[in-house]
Amino acid sequence: MKKLDSKIPPGPIAEKWSKYRSTMPLVAPHNKLRMEVIVVGTGLAGASAAATLGELGYNVKCFTFHDSPRRAHSIAAQGGINAAKNYRNDGDSVFRLFYDTIKGGDYRAREANVHRLAEVSGNIIDQCVAQGVPFAREYGGLLDTRSFGGTQVQRTFYAAGQTGQQLLLGAYSALSRQISLGSVKMYNRHEMLDLVIIDGKARGIIARNLISGKLERHGAHAVVLATGGYGNVYYLSTNAMGSNVSAAWQVHRRGAYFANPCFCQIHPTCIPVSGDYQSKLTLMSESLRNDGRVWIPKNIEDVQAIRAGKLKPTDLGEDSRDYYLERIYPAFGNLVPRDVASRAAKYVTDEGRGVGSSGLAVYLDFSTNLMRYGRSVATSKNQDNASDSQIYQWGKEVIQNKYGNLFEMYEKITGEDPYKTPMRIYPAIHYTMGGLWVDYNLQTSIPGLFALGESNFSDHGANRLGASALMQGLADGYFVIPYTIGTYMADEIRTPKIDTSAKEFEQTEKEVEARINLLLNIKGNRSVESYHRELGVDIMWQYCGMARNEPGLLKARDLVRKLRDDFWKNVYVSGTADEYNPELEKALRVADFMELAELMIVDALTREESCGGHFREEYQEEGGETKRDDENFMYVAAWEFKGVGNEPELHKEELKYEEIKIAARNYK
Amino acid sequence: MAHDEISLTLKVWRQKGPNKSGNFETHSVKINTHMSFLEMLDVLNEQLIMQKKEPVAFEHDCREGICGSCSLVINGRPHGPMQGTTTCQLHMRHFQDGETIYIEPYRAKAFPVIKDLVVDRSAFDRIIQSGGYVSVNTGGVPDGNAIAIEMITAKRAFEAATCIGCGACVAACPNASAMLFTSAKVSQLSLLPQGRQEANQRVLNMVTQMDNEGFGLCSNVGACEAECPKGISLDNIAIMNREYIGASFISRRLANK
Repeated sequence: MKKLDSKIPPGPIAEKWSKYRSTMPLVAPHNKLRMEVIVVGTGLAGASAAATLGELGYNVKCFTFHDSPRRAHSIAAQGGINAAKNYRNDGDSVFRLFYDTIKGGDYRAREANVHRLAEVSGNIIDQCVAQGVPFAREYGGLLDTRSFGGTQVQRTFYAAGQTGQQLLLGAYSALSRQISLGSVKMYNRHEMLDLVIIDGKARGIIARNLISGKLERHGAHAVVLATGGYGNVYYLSTNAMGSNVSAAWQVHRRGAYFANPCFCQIHPTCIPVSGDYQSKLTLMSESLRNDGRVWIPKNIEDVQAIRAGKLKPTDLGEDSRDYYLERIYPAFGNLVPRDVASRAAKYVTDEGRGVGSSGLAVYLDFSTNLMRYGRSVATSKNQDNASDSQIYQWGKEVIQNKYGNLFEMYEKITGEDPYKTPMRIYPAIHYTMGGLWVDYNLQTSIPGLFALGESNFSDHGANRLGASALMQGLADGYFVIPYTIGTYMADEIRTPKIDTSAKEFEQTEKEVEARINLLLNIKGNRSVESYHRELGVDIMWQYCGMARNEPGLLKARDLVRKLRDDFWKNVYVSGTADEYNPELEKALRVADFMELAELMIVDALTREESCGGHFREEYQEEGGETKRDDENFMYVAAWEFKGVGNEPELHKEELKYEEIKIAARNYK
Repeated sequence: MAHDEISLTLKVWRQKGPNKSGNFETHSVKINTHMSFLEMLDVLNEQLIMQKKEPVAFEHDCREGICGSCSLVINGRPHGPMQGTTTCQLHMRHFQDGETIYIEPYRAKAFPVIKDLVVDRSAFDRIIQSGGYVSVNTGGVPDGNAIAIEMITAKRAFEAATCIGCGACVAACPNASAMLFTSAKVSQLSLLPQGRQEANQRVLNMVTQMDNEGFGLCSNVGACEAECPKGISLDNIAIMNREYIGASFISRRLANK
């Protein structure tokens, strides 16, 4: 068995990164000008990496399947970005952010990577401000922050409920500048379909021009993937319709290990499913839990009356409501981490106390805090005798300033006014902690191939804390890869420009072409969409979702295999290969999800413990909390591909906690 | 629930490619009023696929009103009849049983049709590349709190920055002008101290690029603001015009030296 080398630098944790950075090999400016790097993906990680590598002098080729780099799904991140600035003077520090992230991840993340993340978190805020990102500010003109789940400090910087948009547009502007300077060549509407390996090193990609349908060969000294997560394997998720695993999956097929695929994050506050026509789920930001209180009716009679439309939630008095998060977790209250909040919602709805027509929803209620803000405004205006409706109006304005766009979004989708009636919410697939295995340099198990942001596995363990995805994406792109890629490139300065007429390019291109033709020639009777829905909704969400157990997973594995076989016999893909063909794009992606799904199930079966987002029903404490098994499972499961339908090979990277004392994860 | 179901007649623009001629194709669909407009198009496409016909190409991604991928002109209006709403956020409860809906691509010289309802909006990227940024490299920047910015200024810059680059402003404008899009970026960066340093050069370059792309001139119609799904204000155009005039004087003076 090949041993995994995580290449963690020696020394005390707080000095690892700074020492390593000062001693790592460098590539001189004149050599950078001769070297090429491919960056796939233009979300926070990809855009920031491409821009920064371009600034350093590398020749960057950047790819996105979108019509513009600005469309990547980072754009949809709402609530905020964490940074250990301690501007609030509330006791925050690099160590505390590091500690919260490790604990939030249920002790399944790599210490050294997470510490580095916390160290550079402050630089990200500085960088974004310098780019003109309009963060929320206080009256004094300084940056404002708010709370997020799993922390007891206010370290989350934000731009209303559109933080991801503003950060991505910042990175996009930096990328645009490099494009105009010629250091980055941008390939819009190009989808990476395979990786080209020459003498064991990543040397390029095969990409499909989505307009002409033509396959193109692109060579480079190194390939950087920033292609996001695989939540869309569930069909319904908060991901964008185009989000996919294909680039990551293709490199996995070529030898890159895929780590912890069963670690998926289920976000507690999403708008519930309303019908079987539904194509995606919409997130309501975690930041709402700063002011929203989660509850369900105490009595089953009230539940039934509400479902029958005879009673409105606002008719129920305080005594008839169960604020179950505040009741069970008094220390963190409504701001427990996502996995904890999601499971709690599952338990109460499993008891039959869920609201909404399907019974699969709980309330997120702003009335308490809305009135509190209103009274505070009344006090500062010296209006002690203000009427309730006046107080409501003032309170509404405060809430509107904080979350206006989210409230509008909710109203557009549901047709209900959340200022007047509580939101109905339910957990949904949101983020995937698992991803390509990378070492400390963010290099995968294929030399010369790197993975950043959500596409790698490294920083969030078994559960990601809110507002940490934006932090990780930008940390990887702005402040990690620009350094660590040098450790590889320094040995490549004698490598000439990669020749794309090499036989490896020809061979890989042929394989991609064959795959496309195979799909188009099946000409069966079922749409791609219907396969995707069955895979995601009927199999993965059912058996490998919020709660998993051995019989269910075994059944799911069987179902996935059967569905996959049927897909390759019976799918209908319209159109041809040499044209703009969104059906073909989708078919290629769903084909990869079909293979990934089985690996997720295998990983979930193998991990006989519960931790973070991975909840195995067989392993739980009294009261339904996760029961970790540190003795046997404190490792990263890095899977090696052995062919479709064959058993993948497990490589274990043992996790060592030198700084942090392992403890039961307690938010009570 | 039967009363949630409606039947619609769709007149959908079909066009093979950029230089091909196109035409409206008629289809009928039975749908649920809780669907979004794009989910209604999903239903149509499933129908077409089952009949082994070519599905309608349309662009979409996040389906929550922020990525700016979706477009469409619905009954003559970009993103359809509702104010402040992208097509993906438009729900079918706003349509009547038996209604006929016309669905077309954006029509502007600078946005050529790629296929059916999909247009090429890369002109917007090139406008941003011509100057829609602050010229700072990664690293070596001051602390985030070293620059204090008045709350109201930060808020105005933020509001301009919420443009999603969907192009509805261009589609709504009788001149197919891109003034609202361009001015939103110009004013975001010119309001903030970080962007002031190169404000003059930025506005000159971005306006030049905008003209080179073949967008029309602004004649103060205001349709862009009315149809903008994010409510980007016309004030931004005023700010850009002021910036542009100021910058033009300065550049002329420099040229005469």
